[in-house]
Formats: sequence, C-alpha cells, structure tokens
Amino acid sequence: MIEIDIKKSFKNKNEKIDFHFKTTIENNSINAIFGQSGSGKTTLLRLLSGLETPDSGFIKVDNKIWFDSKKKINLAPQKRDVGFVFQDYALFPNMSVIQNLRFAQPEKNEDFLQELLEIVELKELQNKLPDALSGGQKQRTALARAVARKPKLFLLDEALSALDNTMRQQLQDDIEKIHKNFKMTTLLISHDIAEVYKLASHVKIVKNGKILKEGLPDILFDESKISGKFKFSAKILKIQKADTIFVVTLLIGGNLTKVVATKEEVDKMSIGDNVLVASKAFNPIIIT
Amino acid sequence: MFLETMLLTFKVALITTIILFSIGIPIAFWLSTTKSKLKPIFETIVSMPLVLPPSVIGFYLLVFLGPSSLTGGFFEEYFNTRLVLSYEGIIVGSVIFSFPFMVHPIQSGLQSLQKSLVEASYTLGKSKFQTLFYVQLPNIRASLLTGIVLTFAHTVGEFGVVLMIGGNIPGETRLASLAIYDEVEALNYDLANQYALTLFAICFAILLIVYIINRKFSGVLK
Repeated sequence: MIEIDIKKSFKNKNEKIDFHFKTTIENNSINAIFGQSGSGKTTLLRLLSGLETPDSGFIKVDNKIWFDSKKKINLAPQKRDVGFVFQDYALFPNMSVIQNLRFAQPEKNEDFLQELLEIVELKELQNKLPDALSGGQKQRTALARAVARKPKLFLLDEALSALDNTMRQQLQDDIEKIHKNFKMTTLLISHDIAEVYKLASHVKIVKNGKILKEGLPDILFDESKISGKFKFSAKILKIQKADTIFVVTLLIGGNLTKVVATKEEVDKMSIGDNVLVASKAFNPIIIT
Repeated sequence: MFLETMLLTFKVALITTIILFSIGIPIAFWLSTTKSKLKPIFETIVSMPLVLPPSVIGFYLLVFLGPSSLTGGFFEEYFNTRLVLSYEGIIVGSVIFSFPFMVHPIQSGLQSLQKSLVEASYTLGKSKFQTLFYVQLPNIRASLLTGIVLTFAHTVGEFGVVLMIGGNIPGETRLASLAIYDEVEALNYDLANQYALTLFAICFAILLIVYIINRKFSGVLK
C-alpha cells in the first residue's frame, strides 16, 4: 500500500497555490486521477516520483519511506523505483527503440524486452530511431520503456491525450495488457470519463490541489450530475436562414451537428460562441 | 620557419581545445543546472574574455603568473615550469582567453534540451553522470561541435594575449598571427600574405564544415 500525506506551495506571479494530497493507493490497482487542467494532477505524479520535493509530509510505500520531512528522508528519483510516462514521450533521440528500453534496464534481460515489444507491437520497429516513429508508436515505446525496469509504481502523465481516438484505444488496450501481465500499481491522469471507466478500478478527483473525492469510478457520475438529458458544450460555426426558421451548425467534440432555431434564439447567437446544447425528449440508441 | 610557426599555432590550438573541452563540459553542466544565487557572478567571469581587451588579460596574466608572483613562483619551484614568455604560458593564456567560446555553446545546448529527457533518465534510475554522458551530451552534438570549433578557430586567431604573455619567441611562442605582424613590420609582404592566406583558408574551411555538419545534425535531432 502507498500512503501519502504531502504539502507543497507554488508561488505564481499573482497567486500562491497550496497543494495538499492525502490519500492511500492499494497495491496492484489502477487509479485514475481526474480533474481539470491546473488542478494539480501532474504535480501529484511529480511529487510521487521525486521530480519535485514536497514542503512537508510523508510518502510511504509498503512501509518503506520515500519521503519524510520530519525524518529528513528524501529518496532521489533514481532510488524510488517508478516508471514515469511523460506527456511528450521523452524518448532519447540518440537511441533506437530497443536501445531506449535497454537503457532503462538495471540488469540486462533481453527476453523480457522482447516480450514487452511483443505486447506493444513494436517488434518490427525496434531498431528505428524515435524520430522515425508516429505519435502512437512513440507513446508505446515510452510505455514499454517505463515498464522495462519493472517498477513498483507506474505513473502516466496524460500519456494518451495527444493521440487520436483509434490510437488512444490501442494504447488503452496496451495499458490493460501491461497491467494484466505485470500487476504494477498504476496512477494515470485522464480527462476522459470513458477512458477512466475502461481502465481504472479507483478514481481520485483532484481540484485546486486537493483530492476532492475518491472511490470507485461511479463517483464521476455524481460529479457531473448526469441526468436523463443529453447535454453537450458546442461551438457555433454557421447560422443559415431556411424559410421561416434558422439552421445552426454546431461543432460538438469534433463532430458537426445541425440544430433548428427560431429568429428570437438566433438573435442572441453569433458565430464562434460557445454554447450548451441540451435535449430532453429523445430516445438514443448506442451502436457498438 | 613558416611550417614551424603554422604547426606550433595548430598545436597550441589543439591542446587548448582539448583542455577546454574537458573542463568546459563540467562547468557548463554546473551553470546549466545550478540554482545558486552566485550564478550571475560565475557567468560574468566566464564571459569576461569576450569583452575585455586581450591586452588586459595578457597584462594580468603577466602580473599573476610571472616568476616573482605567488602562482608563478609556485609553478617554477614545484613543476620547474615558467608560465610567462613560454610555450606553457601561451597555453594557459589561450585556455583563459577562449573559455567562453567553449562554455557558452555547451551551456546553451544543455539548457535547450527538453527537460523531460533528463527527468526520464533520472526516473529510470540513471545517475546525473550517466544521464550527462548517455543522454544529454549525445543529443547536443551540434553544440559540442560548435564549442570545439569556435575554441580552436579563436585560439588560432588570437594575438594580444599571446603577444603579452608569450613574447614572440620563434619556434616556442611565435604563433601565426604574430608572425604576420612581424613580417609586415619587416616589409616582407609576401611572407605575411602567405601566413594570412593560409589562416584565412583554414578558418574558412573549418567554419564551413561546421555549418554543413550542424545542418545535418539539426535535421536529425529536433
């Protein structure tokens, strides 16, 4: 089990932000950190990995102390046994895929690396340099590299947010496979409710540098107050007159939708506005 | 005489470059990572040779390295080496004078490298030393090359410091740039031109190669 109770203040130009994270993480679980940008999710991972030092508090991993301000213990990132997957991949440009993985291993174990490459489907590309890879391939390399030293704690900092949907799903599958095979305690940051649902057994909702709520993924539903209604935020792209009514073209999460509006409604709109689209009475079907 | 002077010039430049490369990397690394409040002071000291007249540096080197000074006396007594009006002296002078030309490119190369590369290496359990040699330096090859070449070319071209501290002794401290001056003074324009043209051609070739290689590096990295 990992026990955390850490505080850290950051001084911005105008404001001081106080982070205080107090929580426990079960061994071998996948935990999603959910929250808006700027809420402190990345900071939490960086504090855990030792890339940032808390002002006070402690981090205890299976009774081993990683950080304790009172006992003046602060293990360097090198000594913490974590695998960190960075948002910008952070692959070493001078090393090929397999060299990146080899660099990460404390003791040589080529069989294990080949097994890893099999899981993330990079066997054929193992001698390529990172610059020759696509975004998804880079991220899979980064994933495999972080696992290569079999860390106790696996940290993913919005590892999937830069990828398109298909790529993202494949990466999610890879993370699932990796977890099934190696059972590392995992913390992953995500903005995506579907992703959290798919991968995580526990969710921690972070807001203003504190853990607001934690528990099973279901807690996300209380948070977003979902009712029977459909509700989306959208952007107005076009307003067209059609006979006596108007047709408004909206952009909702990458999809275009047309919605009918009256003259009075259109008068309040202008192109480029961000609006909320809600619908009460209709019967949606889910296609899988 | 011509060949001897040219060889001496390049030998001094080569040794200066090797010395500065080995001390420039740790200093640039320290400057790129330190959070010390004294950093601006150290950066100023490193940059001073850029703005100071070479004769000022030469003068102080003469004063502080002369046989009657503390440092000069120490070297003379324990290493039997005289640091002024000697070959060793112009090496010391060149190292000091070319300092920023090695440290600056390496420091800015290290600073402009993606921070997450270093952090990734640390989280993978690699020490600062391993990270510097296996991750940071291989990925700033262009900066390293720039540092090496600028130092070399700058040492070939120096005049004031070498004149002050070296004293223009043929075969020992007379470098090509001094030889040009001497030959012009003696109205040997042909020989002066021979030196000048050789220096011009070599410096041109070196810089050209650097720009071509750097273009290749920057195409591969980043």
